[in-house]
Amino acid sequence: MKFAVIVFPGSNCDVDMYHAVADELGEEVEYVWHDEENLDRFDAILLPGGFSYGDYLRSGAIARFSKVMAAVKQAAEAGKPVLGVCNGFQILLEAGLLPGAMRRNQGLKFICRPVQLVVENNETMFTSAYDKGEVITIPIAHGEGNYYCDEQTLKRLVENRQIVFRYHGENPNGSLAEIAGIVNERGNVLGMMPHPERAVDALLGSADGLKLFRSIVNYWRETHVVTA
Amino acid sequence: MSLLLEPSAAMVKEQKLYREMGLTDEEFARIEAMLGRLPNYTETGIFAVMWSEHCSYKNSKPVLKKFPTDGPHVLQGPGEGAGIVDIGDGLAVAFKIESHNHPSAIEPYQGAATGVGGIIRDVFSMGARPIALLNSLRFGELTSPRVNYLFEHVVAGIAGYGNCVGIPTVGGEVQFDPAYEGNPLVNAMCVGIIRHEDIQRGIATGVGNTVMYVGAKTGRDGIHGATFASEELSEQSEAKRPAVQVGDPFMEKLLLEACLEAVKSDALVGIQDMGAAGLTSSSAEMASKGGFGIEMNLDLVPQREAGMTPYEMMLSESQERMLLVVKQGREDEIAAIFAKYGLEAKAIGKVTDDRMLRLFFHGEVVAEIPVDALAKDAPVYHKPSAEPAYYREFQAMPPYIPHIEDYNQTLLGLLAQPTIASKEWVYDQYDYMVRTNTVVAPGSDAAVVRIRGTNKALALTTDCNSRYVYLDPETGGKIAVAEAARNVVCSGAKPLAITDCLNFGSPEKPDIFWQLEKAVDGMSEACRALETPVVSGNVSLYNETNGEAVYPTPVVGMVGLIEDLSHITTQSFKQTGDLIYVIGEAKPEFGGSELQKFLEGRIFGKAPEIDLKVEASRQRQLLAAIRAGVVASAHDVAEGGLAVALAECVMGGASGLGAKVTIRGDLISELFSETQSRFVVSVKKEHQEAFEQLVEAKRIGEVTDDGTFTVNGEQGETIIRLSVDDLRNVWKGAIPCLLKSKD
Repeated sequence: MKFAVIVFPGSNCDVDMYHAVADELGEEVEYVWHDEENLDRFDAILLPGGFSYGDYLRSGAIARFSKVMAAVKQAAEAGKPVLGVCNGFQILLEAGLLPGAMRRNQGLKFICRPVQLVVENNETMFTSAYDKGEVITIPIAHGEGNYYCDEQTLKRLVENRQIVFRYHGENPNGSLAEIAGIVNERGNVLGMMPHPERAVDALLGSADGLKLFRSIVNYWRETHVVTA
Repeated sequence: MSLLLEPSAAMVKEQKLYREMGLTDEEFARIEAMLGRLPNYTETGIFAVMWSEHCSYKNSKPVLKKFPTDGPHVLQGPGEGAGIVDIGDGLAVAFKIESHNHPSAIEPYQGAATGVGGIIRDVFSMGARPIALLNSLRFGELTSPRVNYLFEHVVAGIAGYGNCVGIPTVGGEVQFDPAYEGNPLVNAMCVGIIRHEDIQRGIATGVGNTVMYVGAKTGRDGIHGATFASEELSEQSEAKRPAVQVGDPFMEKLLLEACLEAVKSDALVGIQDMGAAGLTSSSAEMASKGGFGIEMNLDLVPQREAGMTPYEMMLSESQERMLLVVKQGREDEIAAIFAKYGLEAKAIGKVTDDRMLRLFFHGEVVAEIPVDALAKDAPVYHKPSAEPAYYREFQAMPPYIPHIEDYNQTLLGLLAQPTIASKEWVYDQYDYMVRTNTVVAPGSDAAVVRIRGTNKALALTTDCNSRYVYLDPETGGKIAVAEAARNVVCSGAKPLAITDCLNFGSPEKPDIFWQLEKAVDGMSEACRALETPVVSGNVSLYNETNGEAVYPTPVVGMVGLIEDLSHITTQSFKQTGDLIYVIGEAKPEFGGSELQKFLEGRIFGKAPEIDLKVEASRQRQLLAAIRAGVVASAHDVAEGGLAVALAECVMGGASGLGAKVTIRGDLISELFSETQSRFVVSVKKEHQEAFEQLVEAKRIGEVTDDGTFTVNGEQGETIIRLSVDDLRNVWKGAIPCLLKSKD
């Protein structure tokens, strides 16, 4: 299985994504610069965190116009797993691949710390290795992670079981309905503010993010029967 | 101002305009003699910045020479962007600390942000990949709206820049004292990793090679920033606000990635950050170091605004700019690397053989100065030094003996002192995890960052208890180095080397110069005793507001090497039943202590003594025990003494852990004195024998599961008994509480 890590100017968690896949998962992975137009050779697309284009206008607002985003949309339409973390999530929102928007954290400060999440839906291609209701520890590091959407959208998210992760205990940023991560209706595009790629090695405090990446690989193996 | 409106060379001399730029009459006369003619306005400005203390170290050079700078593992000592030390496996660590005090006093967000930006460029200009940032901060007490504003905005500026560039801010320190009320200190340290063969130098060689400019365009910001940094702050400093630059961390990130690609190319000859004194210092220093000259056509310099004069371009301190020397004919290869990141690498000049800095503008030569006159041959002053009266008074005082009625309240009171209180409010705003190598996050003695691809890690810390340095600069200087080493050793690392940031008042005052000399003497002695040479550093003088100097604050940034990831140790207690030991005896030493400040509202008397032989031997023993795998936790005894150190160990542990210890002897000294070279260590019961064979230490109690911190006297009487949750609430709540109370 081959992963793409999209690198926008200003991405800075690209290295972490890369190593999570290469070192901890042992799968193939390649950095893809923002001006590439074809992602056909990849089986899953990862949009890493960081400050694309400095996030000077609004987080993710400029990155969504990058050439590579058309290819990301195609990959999403083709049903490939697309994961956006932190700035990657913000870009997916700006690109319309996921509903809703981000506001500044309620406390108006950047927050970096491990937080607890509860797995709300473990029947997605990203979460099948978790138990439903499992409480996991994954770090956050963002200034604009206060998720918002209108009432109808929230209703749909709930009905379609698109809310995948919620903050457990304290809500660090004021997100609506404690939302930490959502999928699209089809279930193949996941955006989340917490960083699973920072939680793949117990040496650094938590390996709870590993199951997310394993879920993606499991899904791919199940859907791609080896014909050798 | 157009060139025509610029004062003529004669006017510069007659109206003594050079004085406004910071040059003295003698210095101007010296310039005239060096050139054999009058300098024009632009040339005068160039000399003024290059001969400022900030760029030339003209007042501190004779003192800095005393530092030991050599060692078998030192690959690059002071004089380049950063010092470099070998760590084995073909790898080396590059690091440096630098001040941005004056800009931060005027415009705290941008002042702090650009301080971070500058130190990052110093490290990647060596070819090293920056892997960690630290910062050492000093503010007045959090009781005035102005200080709160400075504190909040400095922290936000550091966060805003470092988080965006994607280099984790993993540690540092923050202290509060009225001495810093008007002149905060903002020192930023950057640490990078480099392969030996990739080490770059800021050097211009090879006649005909091309000088290329990369990064942000040049604007009118920061003109004379280096001169501003070499003056005392006063009521008029607000008017210098235009001298403060504005940072663009996104540009920095692009520049960082592009430069690290460019250094892999053999088309690159030299590279240097355009830091203080921008285009002037980078070009003059690179040429002087290489033994060549540089010619530049200023019409080709990318400019942010129209109508800039040579004076403005040469003195601008616009951020995120680098100067490169590239082999002739291979400019396109370098330009292509930068183009990938949307940056233009523009040829603006060439290397010459005449050792001159020659500038063209609109077809004319507008400056022509020997490069060595600007760099190597800048003036050096041996300032008079005199032992201050306050020092003699302090030394003659009888020992201060504090009186304590309620030990519980005293401990809680100390934990709420902002200097001791948890800095979570600060580091929560820093992305300390990006690049996923941070093994020990902020809050322990030293931060620990693993080195990917190896089984090694680095322990990083910054330290300086300036109260001791004020009371006794020589002893305080020793303690600053020793304490940094203690922090590094407690993390399981062998101290390698230091970088230092010497923050002092005006060197023109004999009292202050004496502080500087003595502090450097003390630091040098400690560096020799602990085998940690000084490989880089920065001097920030003139830290005064309206004539009042800050405490002498020689901040030590230390890097230690952890040979095996299994040696990584933290300060928090780990498990019920572990035995608690203290290394080192307590003496009634309270001069400059947190207890003295807490009880008396001021500090006085003698600083605690330090015996560097004892220090080195205890550090060796503790490190041997850690490496033998028989230490569960280790923490140095510092501000607030043993009681605070024990509280920190237990508060950092898992919820529900407690500790119970028995103290013999003079209670106040045992619990609160700041006697040096002491550690708190916890050890699993099964390692008791092995530990006691390796380390001389006194067993005082054990880790419990009752969530309570208990200190008993030798008759079994209770001295302190507090719930750990209460301790934690006070300790964690202190800073947020002080910041909220401003409204």
